[in-house]
Amino acid sequence: MSAPIEMRRWADYVLVPALAVAAAFVVAGLVVLAIGENPLEATALLLRGALGTGEGVGFTLYYATNFIFTGLAVAVAFHAGLFNIGGEGQATLGGLGAALACLHLDFLPGWLLVPLGALGAALFGALWALVPGYLQARRGSHIVITTIMFNMLASALLVYLLVNVMGKPGSMQPETPTFASAAHVPFAHEVLARLGVTVPTTPLNASFLLALACCYGVWLLIWRTRLGYAIRTVGANPAAAAYAGIPISRVTIVAMMISGALAGLLAVNEVMGVQERLLLEFTGGYGFIGIAVALMGRSHPVGIVLASLLFGVLYQGGTELAFDKPTITRDMIVTISGLAILFAGALDGLFRAPLGRFFAARRKAGG
Amino acid sequence: MTSNVSPVSLDRATPPLAIELVGIDKRFGDVHANKGVDLTVRKGSIHGIVGENGAGKSTLMSILYGFYEADRGEIRVGGVARRIRSPGEAIAAGIGMVHQHFMLVEPLSVIDNVMLGAEGGPRLAAGARQVRARLAQLAADYGLALDPDAIVGDLPVGLQQRVEIVKALVRGADVLVLDEPTAVLTPDEADGLFRLLRILADEGKTVILITHKLREIMAITDRVSVMRRGEMVATLDTAATSPAQLAELMVGRRVLLRVEKAPAAPGPVVLAAENVVVRDARGTARVDGVSLTIRAGEIVGIAGIAGNGQSELLEALAGMRPLAGGTVALEGRALSPAERDPAALRRRGLLHVPEDRMRTGLVPAFEACESAMLGFQDERRYGAGALLDRGAIVSDALERMEAYDVRPRAPLLKTSKFSGGNQQKIVLAREIERGPKVLLVGQPTRGVDIGAIEFIHRRLVALRDQGVGVLLVSVELEEIMALADRILVMCGGRITGERLPGETDERDLGLLMAGVAERAA
Amino acid sequence: MEELSAAIAVFDSGVRLSVPLLFACLAGLWSERSGVVDIGLEGKLLAAAFAAAAAAHATGSAWTGLGAGVLASLGFALVHGFAAIAQRGNQIVSGVAVNMLAAGLTALVGNAWYGQGGRTPALEGAARFEPITLPGAEAARGIPALGPLYADVLSGHTVLVYAAVLATLLTAATLKRTRFGLRIRAVGENPAAVDTAGVSVPALRYAAVLIAGVLCGFGGAYLSLAQAAGFLPQMTAGKGFIALAALIFAKWRAWPALGACFLFGLLDAISIRLQGVSMPGIGLVPVQAIQALPYALTVVLLAGFIGRAIPPRASGLPYVKER
Repeated sequence: MSAPIEMRRWADYVLVPALAVAAAFVVAGLVVLAIGENPLEATALLLRGALGTGEGVGFTLYYATNFIFTGLAVAVAFHAGLFNIGGEGQATLGGLGAALACLHLDFLPGWLLVPLGALGAALFGALWALVPGYLQARRGSHIVITTIMFNMLASALLVYLLVNVMGKPGSMQPETPTFASAAHVPFAHEVLARLGVTVPTTPLNASFLLALACCYGVWLLIWRTRLGYAIRTVGANPAAAAYAGIPISRVTIVAMMISGALAGLLAVNEVMGVQERLLLEFTGGYGFIGIAVALMGRSHPVGIVLASLLFGVLYQGGTELAFDKPTITRDMIVTISGLAILFAGALDGLFRAPLGRFFAARRKAGG
Repeated sequence: MTSNVSPVSLDRATPPLAIELVGIDKRFGDVHANKGVDLTVRKGSIHGIVGENGAGKSTLMSILYGFYEADRGEIRVGGVARRIRSPGEAIAAGIGMVHQHFMLVEPLSVIDNVMLGAEGGPRLAAGARQVRARLAQLAADYGLALDPDAIVGDLPVGLQQRVEIVKALVRGADVLVLDEPTAVLTPDEADGLFRLLRILADEGKTVILITHKLREIMAITDRVSVMRRGEMVATLDTAATSPAQLAELMVGRRVLLRVEKAPAAPGPVVLAAENVVVRDARGTARVDGVSLTIRAGEIVGIAGIAGNGQSELLEALAGMRPLAGGTVALEGRALSPAERDPAALRRRGLLHVPEDRMRTGLVPAFEACESAMLGFQDERRYGAGALLDRGAIVSDALERMEAYDVRPRAPLLKTSKFSGGNQQKIVLAREIERGPKVLLVGQPTRGVDIGAIEFIHRRLVALRDQGVGVLLVSVELEEIMALADRILVMCGGRITGERLPGETDERDLGLLMAGVAERAA
Repeated sequence: MEELSAAIAVFDSGVRLSVPLLFACLAGLWSERSGVVDIGLEGKLLAAAFAAAAAAHATGSAWTGLGAGVLASLGFALVHGFAAIAQRGNQIVSGVAVNMLAAGLTALVGNAWYGQGGRTPALEGAARFEPITLPGAEAARGIPALGPLYADVLSGHTVLVYAAVLATLLTAATLKRTRFGLRIRAVGENPAAVDTAGVSVPALRYAAVLIAGVLCGFGGAYLSLAQAAGFLPQMTAGKGFIALAALIFAKWRAWPALGACFLFGLLDAISIRLQGVSMPGIGLVPVQAIQALPYALTVVLLAGFIGRAIPPRASGLPYVKER
């Protein structure tokens, strides 16, 4: 029996993820070195690109919006003891739900159409997660595999629909017609301009506020509601949940649906907010980054916002870096994300064990 | 210790020794599992090791088998000191082990399981021929017939155990250790096993039998060692001892706990079980036709050695396990399967302090105040509608922690950070303070310090005096003696006797627990 | 006659498309039979495809390319093994990380080295694996039905195609008939039984994970050195996940894996063939439906509505001695 590693909460919540990120950056730095660039210069360019200009900040926050949605999605499932790696598929279906609402209800005024679009995104995302959730709860089908399969199914479905059913008439592009103007989600620069503040034009839009509201909502759900209590109990100790009379299957399914709905909301930012039409591959791997975000944010909304900002910086800064240094393409972002997932989620023992020893030694020394 | 018990001494002309363990010491974190244990086992004998759950028997044997390494101490096999750091080295030293939970690969065939780790070369076919011949020989010599090509998972438990024994013999084991081998067997299968063990011993093999069933010790062993709380307390010739003496040694003479209590004034029956049968996942009946009643204002104690169906009975009564037969009635009304949901029962006043706090009764990862509402999360006091009222949860927990003197008084501290006794107080405070009609209590003082034990006992008696019907399951005989107004003894999933505390003693109960009196009767 | 040759062409293409699936599927089989879940097959394929193309470009030798592909895949396999076995980390997370890392690194390094948007330069000649004509293929062509089947479907593939069949044979035989195979089968079901039998659980699992690395190396090299003439970013396009589906379909057995991979390869070939084709009564064939069929069938299988796919019992669980 190996004794559980005991350490202070702040170390567990802050130090371990910070070390994981640091390790990811060190390894990424070695990669930069290997391809003949200066890692310190690259880091400086990255940070300047993400945070150095108003435009950079806007883009950073826009990217962070996506990560908040997918990070929250993964986190809610984690709390129920479920590994939902189906964020990509659920977001894809979210896009479909949003597009259906925006295309077919375009006679409605904007104040009604935009919320309905968001609702459509959440609903379709939830339904796409319902099936794996149901299969896990009632048939014991492993949710990791079913959600992977559902990612692939969602992508095939979207191609089919865009090519054969929903595509813009007369266009060879697999994309829907542009949504009606009523479906427009206000951009930050538009809203601020109305208030007399001029900021650079960026894709940052009201979805960011929705994402923050979702953070609050998830915090409320997980830590302040009966359902959240049930979700956490099922995730942390299923035997205790059975003892407490909590319906484990139902809670599993509901948690997956909430998770899917959050992933689906990604479409509000990408499909409704930025593209204003449904197109292929709009999920852009954000669903997978959500795993890194949830792991690094320790499944807490505050942590998720911070991790999302980090990845936002990485995405925006990485894009700018690719402009300045053509050898360091945007693929650097994916590389660092992969490293961050590895160190934060699978190799965290590397940091946890020495830290645990360090704190144990200090406790002993302190008497 | 009584005078006729000599410590490990070899004053007579001693036969050669198969195994000597000297000063074996092992800790797991804070748990001191083996405290300088000595043991000698004679070659060609059947040597029993008895002790209550957690006495350290299994740990000792796992050390002998190289599954763990002792922190200190020496192992001698056939008089030669050996380091045994892995099961591989144990096998090389001629030690074989049949674990309580079989170490079998269920989807594989018998022959594959027997060969695993002893394949006799990189190609299976060559080794398989030899093993087949060996299996046939074992079948002829000992009646250990097995179909080599049968899938192990399809075999009944008795035959699976036979595979384990054959595995050890094929590897050339001279010393065979069996850990609670009869736990999963029917009495007939157990008798068959004992006949086999006797044949093996007569052939010169040495058998070490770990059990907590005294009947088996008396029936089969030549010598017996008793362990208690990590220590070896005695080694005796079986012929020169009695179940009563062994029971006494196992339990030990501890400071008697006295609980001041007035005679009970039992009221109407609040909980009645009728012919309850509970089966485990394998379909074995763990509770086999138990009937009992609990009246308002009395404590009914269920005594028994761990693993005799008490846990399953308790969980079935609490609605956590389905009934394979029989009925349970609450306040005179039989409960339908839908009504036997834990949450529904709780609402009707049947509360439950589960045996295993950390696994079932609490959520170790939760803050104490959240563990303090487990099972009652739907009560309005914790908030209206879907929302929980954090302030109410914390203040409610704090109140309970004060009433039960939980230390530290920190509702926001993680549950796992509290000591065992304080965790148990959190559970008790949660269940008792809700004014139950019936309280089911399992091992209320397991892993709890003396001061907390007294406190917990007084609370249970006070509850009884308020007219609550209490069912107390405990493996601590003393606790049963001190608290119960009526004592039921369970053995092998059945109730083997009912006693009033004034009319019995530990010896009498020990016999019932061992299932001996039942045979005599 | 024309229909027959069309069918033969589809079968031939099905064989080619199923080869990388088969390598990856066998890789997953070894890993999961030993108790280590591997959703990083995709990443290992991709890394191998890149390394193989880069090395083949540098040396002009397809065989060197294959070696480099195997080494790259082994590197990722080691990372996964270290996380899953030594660190007892989360195997799913580690697999996701391997996939992302491979996707990022291959494109990044490829672009830095060749400046072609992540592609490697086109390979030709000895830098690629060329088709082999089986003996008597031309002579047999005259025999009705069987002749073209032999000449076009069985013959005329690169050496790696035959290597895939050989790998299936070796996997099946090793698992069934050798000591190592028995131990692998056992450790994925009940590691404690292996441990108490005196055999090292980590050593077995590392061995299986490394075998998976080698096999993915072959699969990746096939993609860039035989199927295509060089590396393209994301050229695996989900093949690692289809291989995972095929593994479930094959219920973690070698010959059925070959069958499942061929079936999925064939579906792929059919969907390519039917792209833009209008069929009487159906209209335009929804090729995506055919492409999605492997995933849908896998879900149905996992749900237990037709048969039951039960993974090795200990897969995904780190081995910790219990008290």
